[in-house]
Amino acid sequence: MNASAVFKNRSLPYLLIAPQIAVTLAFFIWPAAMAVFQSLLREDPFGLATEFIGLANYVDVLEDPRYLDTVIRSCVLAVVVTAGAMATALVLATMADGVGRGSGVYKTLLIWPYAVAPALAGVLWFLIFNPSIGVVGRGLNRLGVVWNPALDGTQAFVLIVVAAAWKQISYNFVFFLAGLQTIPRAVIEAAAIDGAGPGRRFFTIVLPLLGPTTFFLLVVNLVYAFFETFAVIHATTRGGPNSATETLVFKVFNDGFVGLDLGGSAAQSVILMALVGGLTALQFHFLDRKGAR
Amino acid sequence: MVETRPFLALLRHLVLLAGAGVVLLPVWLAFVAASMSGGDMMNGELGLVPGSQFYANARTVLVDGLRSGGVPPVGLMMLNSLWMALAISIGKIAISLLSAFAIVYFRFPLRKLMFWMIFMTLMLPVEVRIVPTFKVVADFGLLDSTAGLALPLIASATATFLFRQFFLSVPPELAEAARIDGAGPMRFFVDILLPLSRTNIAAMFVILFIYGWNQYLWPLVATTGESHYTVVMGIQRMVAVPDAEPIWNIVMATALLGMLPPVLVVLAMQRLFVKGLVGGDK
Repeated sequence: MNASAVFKNRSLPYLLIAPQIAVTLAFFIWPAAMAVFQSLLREDPFGLATEFIGLANYVDVLEDPRYLDTVIRSCVLAVVVTAGAMATALVLATMADGVGRGSGVYKTLLIWPYAVAPALAGVLWFLIFNPSIGVVGRGLNRLGVVWNPALDGTQAFVLIVVAAAWKQISYNFVFFLAGLQTIPRAVIEAAAIDGAGPGRRFFTIVLPLLGPTTFFLLVVNLVYAFFETFAVIHATTRGGPNSATETLVFKVFNDGFVGLDLGGSAAQSVILMALVGGLTALQFHFLDRKGAR
Repeated sequence: MVETRPFLALLRHLVLLAGAGVVLLPVWLAFVAASMSGGDMMNGELGLVPGSQFYANARTVLVDGLRSGGVPPVGLMMLNSLWMALAISIGKIAISLLSAFAIVYFRFPLRKLMFWMIFMTLMLPVEVRIVPTFKVVADFGLLDSTAGLALPLIASATATFLFRQFFLSVPPELAEAARIDGAGPMRFFVDILLPLSRTNIAAMFVILFIYGWNQYLWPLVATTGESHYTVVMGIQRMVAVPDAEPIWNIVMATALLGMLPPVLVVLAMQRLFVKGLVGGDK
């Protein structure tokens, strides 16, 4: 913006920005600072005495084999949900892009689950996988697979993955379709004239051109799978059976509100902040590149 | 020209139909469950054919909730969700428009610092600061209130960024002309900038309404009284019943009602929704 389009006023800009700064300070910066502070303290369960213990909470958290299990579990969940939701969406978007007439109808049919809350998506699949009355759960039991996510940790994990990925397909679909529609027809046609078939065109032209979209979605999906899956898990398996579906966010919540281990929970929060920070930085790296072009 | 292959066209339609089917199936099965009577559910046969009790079940949960499970009427919870979603979307749009206006159209000391402060909120989703945020909101006496539900979610930088990007794309000659004609900054903001931002605001509203309605973790900790539950969060009280099967027809009627408003918003405003999401000028 050049200088001539700037208004001159001493106090007005502060007044305009004040509400956002106030909310940011009170509900974002201050709690985050408190989390960092709290993570350096040990408080007795009655909140009567606190002592400064340095990084001991972090050491406790990182040396706890259960925490490391949770890290691995969350990473597996994030990778599987991201891969599943993105691959499915890419296939559907590629099909919808080339379908010509009727693509609008398919688009409408495919994008509405974006509006379904993760918690409700979890509840829907919880019924489907129910071993006694769910269509899939009962079907599997009839086929001789012993299916009961309430007892089998792996099966509970599958339930969470399917529900979380199902909900995310529509988001990825919207972005992939938008990305596909920006690819110039002429490029595709030139390749076709040169004799490249549909498969070859997809892998050598379409997919590389979708790179930026794919990278953006990768980060968004990872953040979703790390953080928003809490609702899917809490509304259905509650982290069970035997912690088989306990994720990092679930553990922060559980240790903080149920176990009342404030220092440990705060240390975990700070570790999560670092994780989001890293993912956000990645995203910005991408946005910068996009802006530079 | 790209060759036309009838087989490929058929395959496309088949894949898309299968995809649409997989996407729709869970909701159809939920509808089937929600249309069964309590007795039908006992028989354990839940197929693809709906029963006749949907209206009765929907009415029951809307008006009564599930008293045995400590779940208030779904109608009340949906109203709570509505207030929360509106407070979040309107509040976020209002403060973001003002701060983006300040950042783009003024030069003032601390501008950069404030910009980065707003920016940092991107790294602080409510999930990572849940315990201390709870403490802050409790200290303000805001538990069990719409303000308490909305405020900690309101200040994320996403909306501020979108409006900043848009303001930067508005030709600077407009502000210049307004100034030469003697219009003050607020006059320019209200009479020129806001009308130009109309579609962007609407698109943002669609996205934020859905975001607000679908909140789960924050309402879970910020509400203690059952009459303040939101529907997306309240449903877990019906599902997680110790040592018993959930009453599935009631649960599913609640789930369907709970997803209806945001799904309707997406379907009714599909174009705005896609614009708000992808953020392009397409």
